[in-house]
Amino acid sequence: MTLVWTLLRLFLEFAKVGLFAVGGGLATIPFLQDMGAVTGWFTETDLTTMIAVSESTPGPMGVNMATYVGFQVAGLSGAVAATLGLIAPSIVVIVIIAGFLQKFRQSRTVDAVFSGLRPASTALIAAAGLAVALAVFLLTGGVEEHTFAVHWPALALAAAVFVCMRYTPLKKLHPIAFIAAAAAVGAVFQL
Amino acid sequence: MNIYCDLFLTFAKVGVCTFGGGYAMLPILQREVVEKKGWAIDEELTDYFAVGQCTPGIIAVNTATFIGYKHKGIPGGILTTLGVVFPSLVIITAIAAFLSRFAEYPVVQHALTGINAAVVALIASSVLKLGKSTLKGGAAVTIFLCVLALAVFGNLADLDAGAYGPLGQGLELLTSPAALIVLAGIAGWLIKGVFGGKKGGEGR
Repeated sequence: MTLVWTLLRLFLEFAKVGLFAVGGGLATIPFLQDMGAVTGWFTETDLTTMIAVSESTPGPMGVNMATYVGFQVAGLSGAVAATLGLIAPSIVVIVIIAGFLQKFRQSRTVDAVFSGLRPASTALIAAAGLAVALAVFLLTGGVEEHTFAVHWPALALAAAVFVCMRYTPLKKLHPIAFIAAAAAVGAVFQL
Repeated sequence: MNIYCDLFLTFAKVGVCTFGGGYAMLPILQREVVEKKGWAIDEELTDYFAVGQCTPGIIAVNTATFIGYKHKGIPGGILTTLGVVFPSLVIITAIAAFLSRFAEYPVVQHALTGINAAVVALIASSVLKLGKSTLKGGAAVTIFLCVLALAVFGNLADLDAGAYGPLGQGLELLTSPAALIVLAGIAGWLIKGVFGGKKGGEGR
């Protein structure tokens, strides 16, 4: 019985995250901090580990974190409950919005709104790419807080991947092939 | 293959190939969903990301639901969403059970640096592909540049650190992706719907 309660609570807590976290997986972190403090399911240190693992394993980060917390709390069934909780609000909300958009596809207003959304969405994707780029290519820290150094090997690797996938016959390869190759290069050359 | 199986399996593949935030999913979606399956076109992907960005839920899940729903209604939306989270369930459960120190191994960190470098290149390439269809005309390019500048500024300035007081908090809100999407939607509506519409009506 307690297990059922725990699973129900996990589902509801993550449904809350799914309903209120807007944006990428990083947007869920403040909610998870609160959840840890309120429920006592995990500490801030646990959360740091979970974020690190979620970032370095396959799968969207937000989903990984939900699965991890759920597993931590109640094993495999907990992982399932937390993940289903996270996705339930999305399914409901998106189905409603997609239905609405399908209905008003011909509307000039919807068309005009999307003419603004498309370039903005492209810009946000570019900005997200830049954020990852800064995190990878700029090494902070050292003696003074505001000194930066460029991580040249990582930058060279990114440039090589970019050139290969756009301008050589290798562009027919699946993107995961480039990711796997880059992972191997990183591990071998200790980037 | 049964279309429902296909939706689930394709999105499970997208889930496996995504490292990091939902944006890292874009290159994989372009390959699997646009190029291989033809379930969507590039422009639609930007629409889904735009909507996924300013609606509840994380982008990766929202985008998966959107594509599935568009293709096969509610069952499609549910299956693609379950597909995209399925690999996480398997992989994270295995790691949490056996390898909780996984992220601390130096080899994992080095590999991750390599992965992230590749992800930057993949996203850059995807943006160039998307830009071809989404950045046509002066208004679109202007919106693109404004949103890019504000989003990068918001990322860099670390406004929520509290150093700038209420002004910083206001800017933080303004530069959040959801707010930028809403503002761009209003801009598009004004440019094309209101003023553009008037011009069309009165011009001739």
